[in-house]
Amino acid sequence: MTTMTSATTTASHRDAMRGMGKTTFKVRDLNLFYGKDQALNGIDLDIPANKVTAFIGPSGCGKSTLLRCFNRMNDLVDICRVEGEILLDGEDIYARGVDVAELRRKVGMVFQKPNPFPKSIFENVAYGLRLQGVNNKAVLEEVVERSLRGAALWDEVKDRLGDNAFGLSGGQQQRLVIARAIAIEPEVILLDEPASALDPISTLKIEELIHELKEQYTILIVTHNMQQAARVSDYTAFMYLGDLIEFGETNTIFTEPEKKQTEDYITGRYG
Amino acid sequence: MKLWWKSGAPWIWLNAGAVAVSIIMVLGLIGLIAVRGLSHFYPTEIVEFQVGDPELGLGQMVMGEHVRAETIPVPVARDAGINVPPELGEDELVTRHLIKQGNRDVTGNDFAWYAELQMSEWLAPRDAMRLERREWGDFYGYAVRVLEDDEVVAEGEGLWDELQSRVERANTLFRELRQIERNDVGVISAEMEELRIRERALQRDPNVEPDQLQTQLDQIQERQGVLQEAFQALSAEIDILRSELHRDTLVATVVGGEEVQIRIGDIVRAVQPNNLSLTAKVVEYLQQFWAFVSGEPREANTAGGIFPAIFGTVTMVLLMSMIVSPFGVLAAIYLREYAKQGPLLKLIRISVYNLAGVPSIVYGVFGLGFFIYTLGGSIDQLFYSERLPSPTFGSPALIWASLTLALLTLPVVIVSTEEGLARIPSSVRQGSLALGATKSETLWKVVVPLATPAMMTGMILAIARAAGEVAPLMLVGVVKLAPTLPVDGTFPFVHLDRQIMHLGFHIYDVGFQSPNVEAARPLVYATALVLVILIIVLNLTAISIRNRLRERYRAATD
Repeated sequence: MTTMTSATTTASHRDAMRGMGKTTFKVRDLNLFYGKDQALNGIDLDIPANKVTAFIGPSGCGKSTLLRCFNRMNDLVDICRVEGEILLDGEDIYARGVDVAELRRKVGMVFQKPNPFPKSIFENVAYGLRLQGVNNKAVLEEVVERSLRGAALWDEVKDRLGDNAFGLSGGQQQRLVIARAIAIEPEVILLDEPASALDPISTLKIEELIHELKEQYTILIVTHNMQQAARVSDYTAFMYLGDLIEFGETNTIFTEPEKKQTEDYITGRYG
Repeated sequence: MKLWWKSGAPWIWLNAGAVAVSIIMVLGLIGLIAVRGLSHFYPTEIVEFQVGDPELGLGQMVMGEHVRAETIPVPVARDAGINVPPELGEDELVTRHLIKQGNRDVTGNDFAWYAELQMSEWLAPRDAMRLERREWGDFYGYAVRVLEDDEVVAEGEGLWDELQSRVERANTLFRELRQIERNDVGVISAEMEELRIRERALQRDPNVEPDQLQTQLDQIQERQGVLQEAFQALSAEIDILRSELHRDTLVATVVGGEEVQIRIGDIVRAVQPNNLSLTAKVVEYLQQFWAFVSGEPREANTAGGIFPAIFGTVTMVLLMSMIVSPFGVLAAIYLREYAKQGPLLKLIRISVYNLAGVPSIVYGVFGLGFFIYTLGGSIDQLFYSERLPSPTFGSPALIWASLTLALLTLPVVIVSTEEGLARIPSSVRQGSLALGATKSETLWKVVVPLATPAMMTGMILAIARAAGEVAPLMLVGVVKLAPTLPVDGTFPFVHLDRQIMHLGFHIYDVGFQSPNVEAARPLVYATALVLVILIIVLNLTAISIRNRLRERYRAATD
């Protein structure tokens, strides 16, 4: 059953990808294991550049796990093992000798719960640059302003950059975290359910922000909220039990999905 | 009834009761210490009464401060040598009073019991005076006249004011004298000792050329001559001060009418407690308390102040904190963040936790054996060999006491730091890692700052434990009377090799090793009170730092 599904999905993805432009990630036969349990089954996928790709699927389907493969956050889990390859601009990020810190600088990530550092707003945004040894005040100030503007937060915090980041509201904190991620100018931004802990207005702001950000960045977003996926993404991948069931343009997936499983999920029959 | 049980109310009562009992015990203890300790400094009325049967001519006048009374059965009183009238039955009670009569040089005994049966004419004469002296304890009596070089300068009217001003002058002179003896002479003798050691080292050194040796020895001798001269000058100055100090004499009568001569240079304070208004008493009380906190001990620690003990305790605890915090924090970070979790780590962790349960005297023995004899002995061999056989670091000292306490409190710091690190949410770590930080960058820039409140908690517990510890300290550097403070104006300013005094040990020494139990008793309470206050102050400081940190990082650890 499993092998059959993945074989057919592979074929259909290739079709879907034909119409795409440049790709950022090429995922080839990716298998992931937690100890003896297999969490991802032979995923093949091409992520288009400067587009928003959404991952949807019921809980435990492996969409977050897959997302965390793109910046190797799964390395933090001791029992996790990855097979297959993910090519970023043609280089396998799981190859030997890859500098993981360097990779994460190229592939930024924003988590479900806002996680600002116990520092000032300014220092939060400057953190990534300081890690790279940038300490020039003028440069930092410029980047911090640009990043905060980029994350649509500048006007709200410009008068209190020295304040502790914990003083911000949840939605502001999440935009601060996005500003922090774009401050180091990554190629890709991974968003792991970025709005699930936020109120509707903050969610709306984040979604608008995603729209603006895709001009410059390739964005991968995991979401539980299908309306959200439909609103913000250009491409959608539907996953189920570690398999990539269907991948294609969002319009197609939501209006005329090829697979019955996809249709059932989207129409709310299970999940 | 069943419903009442089911409602959980009995548990609440039980819990609340436990809290109440704890609070009552703590408050009771502190209250007892505070009342006993603080009341000691309030000027007590001097009473005068007659003992014995005046009609039979056995009368003897007694003067002093009433300490306390107790009621004892007649047989006990008879055993104690009290002459109880035969008409009193065996089952009756008699009261006796403990009087602090002072005048140890005259009467030989400064505390005595008197039975109420034999006491009569209880008076409180207004001009009765108490003198606090540098030797022989307190004196009770009446001032008669003040002599300056055997000439009478004051008598009758104006005598008291004259006495007070001359006591003040003598105290100033005494402080000057102390200053010179302690500091100036101390500096000279320290350098003399240094020169002597250098001379000996030169003579022993086989690699020095003979002519070079001679020039160096000459230099040393020259310097010794200079120092010798300076010392002579100081001695002369001391002699002058000393004769100045002993210029005045007070003639006083003790209660029987006998005249006594007391050198005013020996008087610390002169008080007429019966003559004081309430405000004056309060002022006197505060001055006495300040003298206790800021003064040096006298007469085998049974009189005077406890400043060296306070200073020693604080210095030792601060030094201990400076040693234990980096060690504990680094160890905890390694255990929690880097070490491979497994049976070995579990074993190490259990061992560390169990170190907290080892009796503190064992740490003292370890400190003596390892720190002092092995480590200190090696330091002496390596760096101070010219001073041997007299040890420099190879004997009990401040640094070893602090190190021993640091070892003692290490588990506390490790445990609370580890707990603090474990509480940092993984989302914060991941946030940092996702920005391309390495593990150590994440640790030092994000995780450790967030864990600082927990580290402070560890420090608070460590300070509380260390400041109250006595047993191990007796072995590794605390003495009953240290001639010098561990911090002073001579290089290197903080003398790690000096022995110190400590409040906890002071309590033990005054309370249980003192020849004068009655005189020592209130001092034990007062010292205990100071120790408790000191620990509270140290802890409050640490707690306020922690709260400030916690406030700053609150949202992240919620």
